Amino acid sequence: MAREAYITGVGQSEVGVRLPRHPLLLTLDAAKEAIAEAGLTFEQIDGVFSFPGKSHGYLAFSPVGTDEVIEALGIKSKWQMGGLEQPAQLSAIGMAAWAVKEGICRHVLCYRTVYEAGGMADPATYMPARPDTVSGASQWTSPFWATSAACWTAQYAARHVHKYGLTREQLGQIAINGSKNAMLNPNARAITKEELTLDKYMSARMISTPLCLYDCDRFSDASTVVIVSAGDALDEIRCEPIRIAAMSGSVDRYSWDQVEWPAAYDAGPDLWARTDYTAADVDTAQFYDGFAFLPITWLEALGFCGKGEGGRFIEGGTRIARDGELPLNTAGGQLGAGRLHGFGFAHEAVTQLRGKAGARQIPGDPRVAVATSGGGPLAAALLLAKD
Amino acid sequence: MRLPRPRPKLDQENSAFWTGGAEGKLRIVRCGDCGNYTHPPRILCRHCQSENVSAEPVAGTGVIDTFTVNHQPWAKDLPVPYVIARVALDGVPGVYLTTNIVNCPVEAVGFGDPVRVVFEEQDGVFYPLFEKAD
Repeated sequence: MAREAYITGVGQSEVGVRLPRHPLLLTLDAAKEAIAEAGLTFEQIDGVFSFPGKSHGYLAFSPVGTDEVIEALGIKSKWQMGGLEQPAQLSAIGMAAWAVKEGICRHVLCYRTVYEAGGMADPATYMPARPDTVSGASQWTSPFWATSAACWTAQYAARHVHKYGLTREQLGQIAINGSKNAMLNPNARAITKEELTLDKYMSARMISTPLCLYDCDRFSDASTVVIVSAGDALDEIRCEPIRIAAMSGSVDRYSWDQVEWPAAYDAGPDLWARTDYTAADVDTAQFYDGFAFLPITWLEALGFCGKGEGGRFIEGGTRIARDGELPLNTAGGQLGAGRLHGFGFAHEAVTQLRGKAGARQIPGDPRVAVATSGGGPLAAALLLAKD
Repeated sequence: MRLPRPRPKLDQENSAFWTGGAEGKLRIVRCGDCGNYTHPPRILCRHCQSENVSAEPVAGTGVIDTFTVNHQPWAKDLPVPYVIARVALDGVPGVYLTTNIVNCPVEAVGFGDPVRVVFEEQDGVFYPLFEKAD
């Protein structure tokens, strides 16, 4: 127990578009909910981890730093961490798990706060769409007007279309499933107002083939908080702890165009190598869907189907529906519930395992969930279990 | 008038790549010891960590590994649609370039198409674009 890590509290602020509430206050809202759920107080939190912490050049992308959270919430922290140089968003939770397993911290507050919808309305706080001078990784894409990750992801998706016959009708099921589930998620009301139909999907304007408008997630303003606690600190909490049964990450080359396959294909098998659970044990999957193609890579990478078979797996949408064999993105995912940037998937996995998902709760008694984040050259996955 | 492309900030690592077009050469960093290529360019070989590297001219031909037809104007006045492709360079194993396929309709671009480099100059930076070779 002492060497185990558990998620004990999850919380989420209002999710909106151009919310007037300051991002630090959104973080406070989510933190209060998570702390209360765990049955803790801010005085008991002794670590604050985030992906990526404050991004000064891109304030709307990540407007709240761990320093600010520690100070504003009155936390006495032993360890803090924020940074982009991690294998995808959920790695902040993975790092927190390490910290509690090492005995450095007992209860770590992990958060991801986004203000991109608000930021888009105020270009001064958001990255310019077309920077005149580019450096670092973006110099290899932006000069060719491959400005967005949509263009980079689209190239992997197009190869799937070419090589394995992925169709738009199949791909559309990710967004349609997300919208159906979002309709039952109170936190998604600002993002999804009606179910997406296949007709509407098929007639949507193209962004970067084969990705259309509905294959791209929706900018939002929100904060999501996950509390990670040490196994030997569970006597301090008042909630049902969810164990982090395994975690995996992968970064080989950071260059989007130099990797043969998205990093998910490495992180997937690695997750199963660290646990006795198998894909067959998973009751619900929460797969990063910044773009609709990415859940397909995770389905294949984690062995829910063979490589190249993701399109056929999701065809018709029945297998990934709430009452299907692998309920997928039950809160709506980022396509349906907003671009919470990874943390929404851990939040929903815990909510489902606790049976607290309300109208969107999946049937039975779910005991194992997988949550993932990342695309292209970076990936992270968490396997969560109710013991 | 063509919309100016975002300009890479030239430095020790990348200058040979972005200015090779002045001599009509596509230059990729190659190791003088193990012979392997490193891209994006670095001041050491990513295969054997040798510091004996230099940017060497390559054939400038390749095949389209994958591509997307982009319809979204990411900048004001950016003409769409256009093709963004990942080109696998001939004779340069494991190196791909993100680029644009130019001088043909977007409908004419296909997987595996052979392509060759053409340079577009803008204020001393030579952008390696590709056109169909057959």
